[in-house]
Amino acid sequence: MPTDHGIGASSKRREDLRFLTGRGRYTDDINLQGQAFVHFLRSDVAHGRINGIDTSEAEKMPGVIRIFTGADFEGVGGIPCGWQVTDREGNPMREPPHPVLAQGKVRHVGDPIVGVVAETAAQARSAAEAVVLDIEELPAVVDMRKALADGSAKVHDELDGNLCYDWVFGSDDAAIDEAFSKAAHVTTLELTNNRLSPNAMEPRVAVGDYSWASDESTLYTTSQNPHVIRLLMGAFVLGIPEHKLRVIAPDVGGGFGSKIYHYAEEAFCTFAAKQLRRPVKWTSTRSEAFISDAHGRDHITTIQLAMDAENNFLGVRTDTLANMGAYLSTFAPSIPTYLHGTLMAGNYKTPAVQVNVKAVFTNTVPVDAYRGAGRPEATYQLERLIDKAAREVGADPVALRRQNFITQFPYATPVAVEYDTGDYNATMDKLLEMIDRDGFEARAEASRKAGKLRGLGINCYIEACGIAPSALVGQLGARAGLYESATVRVNATGGLVVMTGSHSHGQGHETSFAQVVADMIGIPENMVEIVHGDTANTPMGMGTYGSRSLAVGGSAMVRATEKIIAKAKKIAAHLMEASEGDIELKDGQFSVAGTDKSVAWGDVTLAAYVPHNYPLDEIEPGLEETAFYDPNNFTYPSGAYACEVEVDPETGKVQVMGFAAADDFGNIVNPMIVSGQVHGGLAQGIGQALLENVAYDENGQLLSASYMDYAMPRADDLPFYKVDHSSVTPCTHNPLGVKGCGEAGAIGSPPAVVNAVVDALQRGGYAHVTHIDMPLTPARVWSAMNG
Amino acid sequence: MYNFEFAKPSSIAEAVEALGHDEAQALGGGQTLLPTMKQRLAAPATLVSLNGISEMIGVCVNDAGEVCIGGATPHATVAREAQAQYPALAALANRIGDPAVRSRGTIGGSLANNDPSACYPAAALGSGATIKTNTRDIAADDYFQGMFETALEEGEIITEVRFPVPEKANYQKFVQPASRFALVGVFVAKFADGVRVAVTGASSNGVFRWAEAEAALSADFSKAAVEGLSAPAGDMISDLHGSGDYRAHLVKVMTGRAVAAAG
Ligand SMILES: Cc1cc2nc3c(=O)[nH]c(=O)nc-3n(C[C@H](O)[C@H](O)[C@H](O)COP(=O)(O)OP(=O)(O)OC[C@H]3O[C@@H](n4cnc5c(N)ncnc54)[C@H](O)[C@@H]3O)c2cc1C
Repeated sequence: MPTDHGIGASSKRREDLRFLTGRGRYTDDINLQGQAFVHFLRSDVAHGRINGIDTSEAEKMPGVIRIFTGADFEGVGGIPCGWQVTDREGNPMREPPHPVLAQGKVRHVGDPIVGVVAETAAQARSAAEAVVLDIEELPAVVDMRKALADGSAKVHDELDGNLCYDWVFGSDDAAIDEAFSKAAHVTTLELTNNRLSPNAMEPRVAVGDYSWASDESTLYTTSQNPHVIRLLMGAFVLGIPEHKLRVIAPDVGGGFGSKIYHYAEEAFCTFAAKQLRRPVKWTSTRSEAFISDAHGRDHITTIQLAMDAENNFLGVRTDTLANMGAYLSTFAPSIPTYLHGTLMAGNYKTPAVQVNVKAVFTNTVPVDAYRGAGRPEATYQLERLIDKAAREVGADPVALRRQNFITQFPYATPVAVEYDTGDYNATMDKLLEMIDRDGFEARAEASRKAGKLRGLGINCYIEACGIAPSALVGQLGARAGLYESATVRVNATGGLVVMTGSHSHGQGHETSFAQVVADMIGIPENMVEIVHGDTANTPMGMGTYGSRSLAVGGSAMVRATEKIIAKAKKIAAHLMEASEGDIELKDGQFSVAGTDKSVAWGDVTLAAYVPHNYPLDEIEPGLEETAFYDPNNFTYPSGAYACEVEVDPETGKVQVMGFAAADDFGNIVNPMIVSGQVHGGLAQGIGQALLENVAYDENGQLLSASYMDYAMPRADDLPFYKVDHSSVTPCTHNPLGVKGCGEAGAIGSPPAVVNAVVDALQRGGYAHVTHIDMPLTPARVWSAMNG
Repeated sequence: MYNFEFAKPSSIAEAVEALGHDEAQALGGGQTLLPTMKQRLAAPATLVSLNGISEMIGVCVNDAGEVCIGGATPHATVAREAQAQYPALAALANRIGDPAVRSRGTIGGSLANNDPSACYPAAALGSGATIKTNTRDIAADDYFQGMFETALEEGEIITEVRFPVPEKANYQKFVQPASRFALVGVFVAKFADGVRVAVTGASSNGVFRWAEAEAALSADFSKAAVEGLSAPAGDMISDLHGSGDYRAHLVKVMTGRAVAAAG
């Protein structure tokens, strides 16, 4: 039920005051005394051998302080990978080194080779132009199929080829073969999931600082997870113990995954600051972002569905090539495997599901998680496949899905996860209420009269978020735990500061987290402040991605607040000379059950810090508690999405006429913020479906290297959305019953768009068009129609 | 960006004088030149801003009935002030870039740059405009000489562009999804003595006139007349956003739509 405060209220985002008035404090706003600037000279070829680097002229340029090359980093570790995937024979993935600056070879356009540090950014750039590189260009490996062919050039000479791993998961061969041998109908679909560039509004920035007096290093960085950066960079790259390394991620302007990873520029700035005893700053240009921020997606897939004569799903088998790029980014190996293969059952009770993924090195920018990470790829292939199957057997696409829905929970899938709860018919019912499916024919007729083809696409999705149970992911190869933490510090006058290990970079945590804690105590939200982003004043946490912050970080906050309340009740009992078990807390008042005795929240907090009348023999003074929360399971948001499009048959242009999303996110803390998250996700999903595409030529040159060629969705590309999250099956295993909503929009929407376009073309008489690969640009749609 | 000197003259004569210096370059709205300088792909020693020259800014109608636009007039001003006399031109100006680009970018800068995907070249060529510079008048038919190539000499300034006003005209822009420049743009203008059809975005030789369509439309100004034509052949641009065949097809579609919209 909507309320005007606390859990369930659409409280206005308190952080927006500073963001919308230009008073945010981003990493680039941080300028330290004596700061120098680095400019990276990056490879302009995709693959080459470094025969020489001549810095002699550059060193004479004005303002140059020092020029670093790969040789300066020989005693330093490489950029580590945080996840080890094991292949079908039980062998670990191939994990080639990833130096901070290129050593011996360059492996993608944008690979940093030289770091020029100078007094100003312009001087650093000018001096970098004077560095003479002798690079012998080598044949580039770009196409994944060619990369795996015999005789292909190798991205990493020390490996036996370009295969990172060949991973098989889910049902065994016998089970899957049996499913397909019994099938009355088999549907096959080949598709690509297009490579995307994350394009956070704020480009990456790093400022390294070093104090020789205390031997402490500080890194200010645009990160979604400062503690993870501290651990990876401190332990694996620079050898700085955590108590001598502080990582601060202040206001961060969007991440979408791209700011999870530990990047070379961060290690460089921290390292150089110590060497030079001066702060060193790097600010990425947008052009650099395209060639240095980890990309997302980039799969080539063949998927098959086996159905019996009654259209029951018998088996799903999928083979995917997943592009890793030139090096393994922090979480790269886990994305096409454990965040993708584990979702291949979808919302359906298919008894046999087998997933094969071959991860491939190429001379391209590394690929890692991008909003949804693996789950959009799983959803896209499965939901496109089901649509194709429905058409082939003449079934209604909604009815075919409903017939195969999982309806009993908990449900253990053939791909290793157990869905705790869900109601897929409920979100589908909701969706159908929202879209007026019965009126579609009339709308299609109106479009036809205007010379347009109208189509409707519907699909479901399920995702796994609330990442992640540490013990489980540890078995699967994660080199970290995935708990979250919170410290709740109550001040003497009753206000609270909550220090969380998660990180907000657009999600509105400062608002919604405060709602949770305030609600538990029964005090106004403005008495709660949320602190995040600084390893020096927050407990060790794993940061924000995978729609985990409320489900995991929020749960830690609940646990810490429960400890606070338990202790506060003890104090209240003492103050009222009652027994602890009789104390009730409501609306910020402690009362003794069955009496009219009460003390206010503020009386108790004051007593905790001014313990004149206090049970000092039983409890310590002060009111501050920390909790770590490690989830028992993932959470499984799900939903049903619909897209209606018009296609201009003369030009191939697709216009999205309507989009509806019915989600089950479990309990909702702030409906307005949830809607905002869905809106943003939908924009990115529709962007992937219609507009966005990272394109390389066969030499590994990036063709989509600026906004002149990389098409971001704009407001007029998008419709007014209808979103609903009133279908609620609370998560069964976390205290708030929440599931997470950050990625759903980007996961569920691409198949809806493509299903709608194919539907429009089929209805319009283009029977040969059963699939078009994203993005569905006018040129591609026109070619498909006329192909 | 490298360092440069900056001059802001208040007359054409002073601007010409300032542009006489070594490596001096005219600055219109800076919407093309400044990004190029930031990327260090251009490094003029002096930028001579044309934005303070009042005789080069504004829209008027001369005795011959031509719409005359000062060379330093921003797109937004054209969109507003040419609306009554030449609505098709105003509509074209109003769909260039975004509000910031339209407030800064100028007609002179656009025509001097002659980007193969820009809009104004189609209007100038399609209208048979005259490009007036500090030294001479150049007919649009002689002015455009291929991608980024024009008849302008070093240091020559476009001071005014004079557009004869057709009986009917329309510009159809099919946008490239990323840049929103014209993937293909077609300007159709019907004059008493014939029809002109200018195409931008499509050809690797820059803006061009589609002679077959002009002939067909001069005989019969109707969408049907275009439908009978085969798509223009020639050196079409083929890139990420569309093949040459697709562009050629769009030329025909957009021409038909322009005729229909012109009424
Ligand atoms: C985001 C964006 C979107 C855009 N979209 C479109 C679009 O949809 N359609 C379109 O047509 N254009 C588009 N443009 C281009 C823009 O409209 C300008 O027309 C173009 O940038 C050039 O005009 P300017 O006045 O900015 O010239 P400048 O950048 O100042 O100069 C460009 C060149 O012209 C020279 N020059 C400038 N003025 C004169 C003059 N009077 N005489 C002689 N030489 C001169 C300069 O020396 C320079 O070489 C876009 C630009 C941007 C940045």
